[in-house]
Amino acid sequence: MSKFRKDASKELPPLSTASLPDIVFMLLCFFMVTTTMREVTLKVKIKKPEATELTKLTKKTLVSFIYIGQPTLQYQKTFGTEPQIQLNDQFASTSDIQGFITAERAARDESEIPLLITSIKADESTRMKIIQEVKEELRKAQALHINYSARKKVALQ
Amino acid sequence: MAKKVPEIPSASMADIAFMLLIFFLVTTTMDVDSGLERRLPPPADPNQVQTDIQINERNIFVVLVNAQDQLLVENEWLAVKDLRARAMEFLDNPKNLATLPEKEVKEIPFFGPTEIVKNGVISLRNDFGTTYGMYLNVQNELVAAVNDLRDAKAMQKWSKKFKDLNEAQQDAIKMIYPQKISEAEPKKVGVKKL
Repeated sequence: MSKFRKDASKELPPLSTASLPDIVFMLLCFFMVTTTMREVTLKVKIKKPEATELTKLTKKTLVSFIYIGQPTLQYQKTFGTEPQIQLNDQFASTSDIQGFITAERAARDESEIPLLITSIKADESTRMKIIQEVKEELRKAQALHINYSARKKVALQ
Repeated sequence: MAKKVPEIPSASMADIAFMLLIFFLVTTTMDVDSGLERRLPPPADPNQVQTDIQINERNIFVVLVNAQDQLLVENEWLAVKDLRARAMEFLDNPKNLATLPEKEVKEIPFFGPTEIVKNGVISLRNDFGTTYGMYLNVQNELVAAVNDLRDAKAMQKWSKKFKDLNEAQQDAIKMIYPQKISEAEPKKVGVKKL
Protein backbone atom coordinates (compact mmCIF):
# COMPACT_ATOMS: atom_id res chain seq x y z
CA MET A 1 0.00 0.00 0.00
CA SER A 2 2.78 2.34 0.81
CA LYS A 3 3.95 2.04 -2.75
CA PHE A 4 1.03 4.05 -4.00
CA ARG A 5 1.32 6.70 -1.40
CA LYS A 6 4.91 7.36 -2.38
CA ASP A 7 3.88 7.98 -5.99
CA ALA A 8 1.08 10.29 -5.07
CA SER A 9 3.39 12.50 -3.14
CA LYS A 10 5.46 13.18 -6.24
CA GLU A 11 4.67 16.41 -7.97
CA LEU A 12 3.58 16.42 -11.58
CA PRO A 13 6.52 17.60 -13.65
CA PRO A 14 5.82 20.72 -15.71
CA LEU A 15 4.95 20.03 -19.32
CA SER A 16 7.99 20.55 -21.45
CA THR A 17 7.53 23.24 -24.02
CA ALA A 18 10.88 22.70 -25.64
CA SER A 19 9.34 20.97 -28.63
CA LEU A 20 6.70 23.60 -29.19
CA PRO A 21 8.82 25.74 -31.52
CA ASP A 22 9.57 22.68 -33.60
CA ILE A 23 5.92 21.84 -33.98
CA VAL A 24 5.06 25.37 -34.94
CA PHE A 25 7.92 25.53 -37.40
CA MET A 26 6.65 22.37 -38.99
CA LEU A 27 3.23 23.95 -39.48
CA LEU A 28 4.90 27.08 -40.77
CA CYS A 29 6.91 25.14 -43.32
CA PHE A 30 3.77 23.36 -44.46
CA PHE A 31 2.00 26.63 -45.11
CA MET A 32 4.98 28.19 -46.82
CA VAL A 33 5.25 25.25 -49.16
CA THR A 34 1.58 24.98 -50.00
CA THR A 35 1.01 28.69 -50.51
CA THR A 36 0.86 29.35 -54.19
CA MET A 37 1.73 32.86 -55.06
CA ARG A 38 -0.05 34.30 -58.05
CA GLU A 39 2.23 33.63 -60.97
CA VAL A 40 0.95 36.12 -63.45
CA THR A 41 0.30 39.77 -62.90
CA LEU A 42 -2.98 40.73 -64.40
CA LYS A 43 -2.73 43.42 -66.99
CA VAL A 44 -6.41 43.44 -67.77
CA LYS A 45 -9.39 44.30 -65.63
CA ILE A 46 -11.62 41.34 -65.01
CA LYS A 47 -14.92 41.31 -63.24
CA LYS A 48 -16.07 37.75 -63.46
CA PRO A 49 -19.73 37.07 -64.27
CA GLU A 50 -21.90 35.19 -61.81
CA ALA A 51 -23.22 31.70 -62.27
CA THR A 52 -24.71 28.92 -60.22
CA GLU A 53 -23.77 25.70 -61.98
CA LEU A 54 -20.10 25.77 -61.16
CA THR A 55 -17.48 23.10 -61.21
CA LYS A 56 -14.26 23.57 -59.34
CA LEU A 57 -10.91 23.49 -61.02
CA THR A 58 -9.22 21.22 -58.56
CA LYS A 59 -5.98 20.45 -60.32
CA LYS A 60 -4.39 23.80 -60.81
CA THR A 61 -1.39 22.41 -62.60
CA LEU A 62 -3.60 21.15 -65.39
CA VAL A 63 -5.25 24.47 -66.10
CA SER A 64 -4.08 27.10 -68.53
CA PHE A 65 -5.63 30.50 -68.28
CA ILE A 66 -6.66 32.95 -70.94
CA TYR A 67 -7.51 36.41 -69.64
CA ILE A 68 -9.71 38.74 -71.61
CA GLY A 69 -10.63 42.23 -70.56
CA GLN A 70 -9.96 45.91 -70.79
CA PRO A 71 -6.28 46.80 -70.19
CA THR A 72 -5.60 48.39 -66.81
CA LEU A 73 -4.97 52.13 -66.68
CA GLN A 74 -1.21 51.98 -67.07
CA TYR A 75 -1.48 49.99 -70.29
CA GLN A 76 -4.33 51.92 -71.81
CA LYS A 77 -1.97 54.35 -73.49
CA THR A 78 -0.34 51.67 -75.57
CA PHE A 79 -3.16 49.18 -75.96
CA GLY A 80 -6.26 51.35 -75.90
CA THR A 81 -9.45 50.60 -74.06
CA GLU A 82 -10.73 47.79 -76.26
CA PRO A 83 -10.69 44.34 -74.61
CA GLN A 84 -7.40 42.54 -75.03
CA ILE A 85 -6.24 38.98 -74.56
CA GLN A 86 -3.56 38.26 -72.03
CA LEU A 87 -1.62 35.03 -72.15
CA ASN A 88 0.87 34.40 -69.35
CA ASP A 89 2.40 37.80 -68.70
CA GLN A 90 1.81 39.62 -71.92
CA PHE A 91 -0.83 40.88 -74.26
CA ALA A 92 -1.49 38.65 -77.21
CA SER A 93 -3.69 38.38 -80.23
CA THR A 94 -5.96 35.54 -81.25
CA SER A 95 -3.31 34.11 -83.57
CA ASP A 96 -1.01 33.48 -80.58
CA ILE A 97 -3.44 31.12 -78.91
CA GLN A 98 -2.52 28.01 -80.86
CA GLY A 99 1.13 28.54 -80.00
CA PHE A 100 0.21 29.12 -76.38
CA ILE A 101 -1.70 25.85 -76.21
CA THR A 102 1.19 24.00 -77.83
CA ALA A 103 3.59 25.49 -75.30
CA GLU A 104 1.28 24.58 -72.43
CA ARG A 105 1.12 21.02 -73.70
CA ALA A 106 4.88 20.79 -74.13
CA ALA A 107 5.36 21.82 -70.50
CA ARG A 108 3.24 18.93 -69.27
CA ASP A 109 3.75 15.23 -69.05
CA GLU A 110 2.40 13.37 -72.03
CA SER A 111 -0.11 11.45 -69.96
CA GLU A 112 -1.58 14.68 -68.62
CA ILE A 113 -2.27 16.26 -71.99
CA PRO A 114 -5.81 14.90 -72.42
CA LEU A 115 -6.70 16.20 -68.98
CA LEU A 116 -5.74 19.79 -69.69
CA ILE A 117 -8.42 22.39 -69.21
CA THR A 118 -8.39 25.86 -70.64
CA SER A 119 -10.02 28.38 -68.38
CA ILE A 120 -11.35 31.52 -69.98
CA LYS A 121 -11.37 34.39 -67.55
CA ALA A 122 -13.20 37.21 -69.19
CA ASP A 123 -14.82 40.39 -68.01
CA GLU A 124 -18.60 40.34 -68.03
CA SER A 125 -18.92 43.37 -70.25
CA THR A 126 -16.69 41.96 -72.98
CA ARG A 127 -18.43 41.57 -76.30
CA MET A 128 -18.71 38.03 -77.59
CA LYS A 129 -16.76 38.73 -80.78
CA ILE A 130 -13.36 38.35 -79.17
CA ILE A 131 -14.44 35.34 -77.12
CA GLN A 132 -15.87 33.68 -80.19
CA GLU A 133 -12.53 34.13 -81.93
CA VAL A 134 -10.72 32.65 -78.96
CA LYS A 135 -13.06 29.68 -78.95
CA GLU A 136 -12.50 29.17 -82.66
CA GLU A 137 -8.73 29.12 -82.10
CA LEU A 138 -9.10 26.67 -79.23
CA ARG A 139 -11.11 24.39 -81.46
CA LYS A 140 -8.37 24.52 -84.05
CA ALA A 141 -5.80 23.71 -81.37
CA GLN A 142 -7.94 20.77 -80.22
CA ALA A 143 -8.17 22.20 -76.73
CA LEU A 144 -11.83 21.38 -76.41
CA HIS A 145 -12.24 21.15 -72.68
CA ILE A 146 -12.89 24.66 -71.49
CA ASN A 147 -14.15 26.35 -68.41
CA TYR A 148 -15.77 29.76 -68.28
CA SER A 149 -14.52 31.24 -65.06
CA ALA A 150 -17.29 32.63 -62.90
CA ARG A 151 -18.14 33.60 -59.36
CA LYS A 152 -20.69 31.79 -57.28
CA LYS A 153 -23.99 33.58 -57.36
CA VAL A 154 -25.48 34.23 -53.99
CA ALA A 155 -29.02 32.93 -53.97
CA LEU A 156 -31.60 35.65 -53.42
CA GLN A 157 -34.37 34.15 -51.44
CA MET B 1 38.01 31.04 -15.29
CA ALA B 2 35.83 32.60 -17.86
CA LYS B 3 32.25 33.24 -17.01
CA LYS B 4 29.83 30.88 -18.56
CA VAL B 5 27.92 32.46 -21.39
CA PRO B 6 24.30 32.44 -20.35
CA GLU B 7 22.08 30.38 -22.59
CA ILE B 8 19.90 32.28 -24.99
CA PRO B 9 16.38 31.94 -23.76
CA SER B 10 14.37 30.03 -26.29
CA ALA B 11 11.05 30.53 -24.61
CA SER B 12 10.06 33.29 -27.02
CA MET B 13 10.94 31.22 -30.04
CA ALA B 14 7.50 29.67 -30.06
CA ASP B 15 5.88 33.10 -30.03
CA ILE B 16 7.93 34.29 -32.95
CA ALA B 17 7.10 31.17 -34.89
CA PHE B 18 3.43 31.58 -34.07
CA MET B 19 3.50 35.11 -35.36
CA LEU B 20 4.99 33.96 -38.65
CA LEU B 21 2.48 31.15 -38.82
CA ILE B 22 -0.42 33.51 -38.34
CA PHE B 23 0.95 35.81 -41.00
CA PHE B 24 1.05 32.99 -43.51
CA LEU B 25 -2.34 31.72 -42.50
CA VAL B 26 -3.86 35.12 -43.09
CA THR B 27 -2.15 35.85 -46.38
CA THR B 28 -2.75 32.44 -47.91
CA THR B 29 -5.70 32.58 -50.20
CA MET B 30 -7.06 29.17 -50.86
CA ASP B 31 -9.43 30.33 -53.57
CA VAL B 32 -10.28 27.48 -55.81
CA ASP B 33 -11.06 28.67 -59.27
CA SER B 34 -14.46 27.64 -60.38
CA GLY B 35 -16.42 28.08 -63.51
CA LEU B 36 -18.89 26.71 -65.97
CA GLU B 37 -17.50 23.68 -67.69
CA ARG B 38 -18.24 23.19 -71.36
CA ARG B 39 -16.91 21.16 -74.21
CA LEU B 40 -16.25 22.70 -77.58
CA PRO B 41 -17.12 20.79 -80.73
CA PRO B 42 -14.11 19.50 -82.65
CA PRO B 43 -12.98 21.68 -85.54
CA ALA B 44 -15.05 21.48 -88.68
CA ASP B 45 -13.54 19.31 -91.36
CA PRO B 46 -13.34 21.38 -94.55
CA ASN B 47 -13.49 18.27 -96.75
CA GLN B 48 -16.70 17.13 -95.22
CA VAL B 49 -19.71 17.66 -97.38
CA GLN B 50 -22.44 19.52 -95.60
CA THR B 51 -25.38 17.22 -95.44
CA ASP B 52 -28.67 18.61 -94.43
CA ILE B 53 -29.88 16.66 -91.50
CA GLN B 54 -33.57 16.89 -91.25
CA ILE B 55 -34.45 17.80 -87.73
CA ASN B 56 -38.04 18.31 -86.98
CA GLU B 57 -38.76 21.78 -85.75
CA ARG B 58 -40.35 20.51 -82.59
CA ASN B 59 -37.05 18.90 -81.63
CA ILE B 60 -35.08 22.15 -81.59
CA PHE B 61 -35.23 24.67 -78.82
CA VAL B 62 -33.96 27.85 -80.38
CA VAL B 63 -32.40 30.41 -78.07
CA LEU B 64 -31.22 33.65 -79.62
CA VAL B 65 -29.40 36.41 -77.82
CA ASN B 66 -28.98 39.69 -79.62
CA ALA B 67 -26.52 42.52 -79.24
CA GLN B 68 -28.82 44.34 -76.83
CA ASP B 69 -28.71 41.27 -74.57
CA GLN B 70 -32.32 40.44 -75.31
CA LEU B 71 -33.48 36.89 -75.40
CA LEU B 72 -35.67 35.27 -78.03
CA VAL B 73 -36.75 31.76 -77.21
CA GLU B 74 -38.80 29.81 -79.75
CA ASN B 75 -39.79 33.09 -81.41
CA GLU B 76 -40.94 34.63 -78.16
CA TRP B 77 -39.48 37.29 -75.96
CA LEU B 78 -38.40 35.89 -72.65
CA ALA B 79 -36.69 37.07 -69.52
CA VAL B 80 -33.60 35.17 -68.43
CA LYS B 81 -35.27 34.09 -65.21
CA ASP B 82 -37.99 32.26 -67.16
CA LEU B 83 -35.56 30.48 -69.41
CA ARG B 84 -34.83 27.64 -67.05
CA ALA B 85 -38.46 26.61 -66.69
CA ARG B 86 -38.98 26.73 -70.44
CA ALA B 87 -35.86 24.67 -71.12
CA MET B 88 -36.91 22.13 -68.51
CA GLU B 89 -40.32 21.81 -70.09
CA PHE B 90 -38.69 21.27 -73.45
CA LEU B 91 -36.22 18.67 -72.24
CA ASP B 92 -38.77 16.71 -70.29
CA ASN B 93 -42.02 17.17 -72.23
CA PRO B 94 -44.03 15.86 -69.27
CA LYS B 95 -47.42 16.15 -70.96
CA ASN B 96 -46.23 14.72 -74.27
CA LEU B 97 -47.32 17.79 -76.19
CA ALA B 98 -47.08 17.79 -79.96
CA THR B 99 -45.19 21.08 -79.97
CA LEU B 100 -42.42 19.72 -77.77
CA PRO B 101 -39.92 17.03 -78.82
CA GLU B 102 -40.93 13.50 -79.61
CA LYS B 103 -40.58 10.82 -77.01
CA GLU B 104 -39.64 7.22 -77.35
CA VAL B 105 -39.48 4.27 -75.01
CA LYS B 106 -35.97 3.14 -74.31
CA GLU B 107 -34.45 0.54 -72.04
CA ILE B 108 -32.52 2.32 -69.31
CA PRO B 109 -30.53 0.53 -66.60
CA PHE B 110 -32.17 0.79 -63.14
CA PHE B 111 -35.28 2.36 -64.61
CA GLY B 112 -36.39 -0.29 -67.09
CA PRO B 113 -38.25 0.83 -70.19
CA THR B 114 -38.67 4.57 -69.83
CA GLU B 115 -40.21 7.14 -72.06
CA ILE B 116 -37.54 9.69 -72.83
CA VAL B 117 -37.22 12.64 -75.14
CA LYS B 118 -35.71 11.25 -78.30
CA ASN B 119 -33.54 13.94 -79.74
CA GLY B 120 -34.30 17.30 -78.30
CA VAL B 121 -31.48 19.74 -78.98
CA ILE B 122 -31.02 23.18 -77.52
CA SER B 123 -29.63 25.50 -80.13
CA LEU B 124 -27.98 28.60 -78.77
CA ARG B 125 -26.98 31.40 -81.05
CA ASN B 126 -25.53 34.65 -79.88
CA ASP B 127 -24.52 37.81 -81.60
CA PHE B 128 -21.02 39.21 -81.89
CA GLY B 129 -22.20 42.15 -79.85
CA THR B 130 -23.67 40.14 -76.99
CA THR B 131 -21.90 40.74 -73.72
CA TYR B 132 -20.04 37.86 -72.18
CA GLY B 133 -21.95 38.21 -68.91
CA MET B 134 -25.27 37.68 -70.67
CA TYR B 135 -23.92 34.80 -72.70
CA LEU B 136 -22.70 33.05 -69.59
CA ASN B 137 -25.97 33.75 -67.85
CA VAL B 138 -27.91 32.03 -70.62
CA GLN B 139 -25.50 29.11 -70.72
CA ASN B 140 -25.79 28.83 -66.98
CA GLU B 141 -29.58 28.68 -67.10
CA LEU B 142 -29.53 25.99 -69.78
CA VAL B 143 -27.03 23.87 -67.88
CA ALA B 144 -29.06 24.48 -64.73
CA ALA B 145 -32.19 23.21 -66.48
CA VAL B 146 -30.49 19.92 -67.28
CA ASN B 147 -29.00 19.66 -63.80
CA ASP B 148 -32.33 20.38 -62.15
CA LEU B 149 -34.02 17.65 -64.15
CA ARG B 150 -31.28 15.19 -63.29
CA ASP B 151 -31.47 16.10 -59.63
CA ALA B 152 -35.23 15.68 -59.60
CA LYS B 153 -34.96 12.26 -61.22
CA ALA B 154 -32.26 11.17 -58.81
CA MET B 155 -34.32 12.39 -55.87
CA GLN B 156 -37.34 10.50 -57.07
CA LYS B 157 -35.51 7.23 -57.61
CA TRP B 158 -32.80 7.14 -54.96
CA SER B 159 -33.65 10.16 -52.75
CA LYS B 160 -30.18 11.48 -53.36
CA LYS B 161 -28.75 14.34 -55.32
CA PHE B 162 -27.36 13.55 -58.73
CA LYS B 163 -23.79 14.25 -57.73
CA ASP B 164 -24.01 11.81 -54.82
CA LEU B 165 -24.95 8.88 -57.02
CA ASN B 166 -22.45 6.33 -58.20
CA GLU B 167 -21.18 6.31 -61.73
CA ALA B 168 -23.56 3.72 -63.14
CA GLN B 169 -26.55 5.53 -61.70
CA GLN B 170 -25.30 8.84 -63.04
CA ASP B 171 -24.88 7.33 -66.48
CA ALA B 172 -28.44 6.02 -66.41
CA ILE B 173 -29.78 9.46 -65.59
CA LYS B 174 -27.55 11.02 -68.21
CA MET B 175 -29.23 8.74 -70.74
CA ILE B 176 -32.60 10.09 -69.74
CA TYR B 177 -31.51 13.73 -69.73
CA PRO B 178 -28.53 14.21 -72.00
CA GLN B 179 -26.93 17.63 -72.15
CA LYS B 180 -27.32 18.57 -75.77
CA ILE B 181 -26.55 22.22 -76.21
CA SER B 182 -25.36 23.18 -79.62
CA GLU B 183 -23.92 26.55 -80.39
CA ALA B 184 -24.46 27.93 -83.84
CA GLU B 185 -22.06 30.30 -85.54
CA PRO B 186 -22.90 33.76 -84.27
CA LYS B 187 -24.29 36.43 -86.47
CA LYS B 188 -21.94 39.18 -87.37
CA VAL B 189 -24.19 42.10 -86.76
CA GLY B 190 -24.41 44.42 -83.86
CA VAL B 191 -20.69 45.03 -83.44
CA LYS B 192 -19.59 48.57 -82.98
CA LYS B 193 -17.83 49.79 -86.07
CA LEU B 194 -14.23 50.47 -85.17
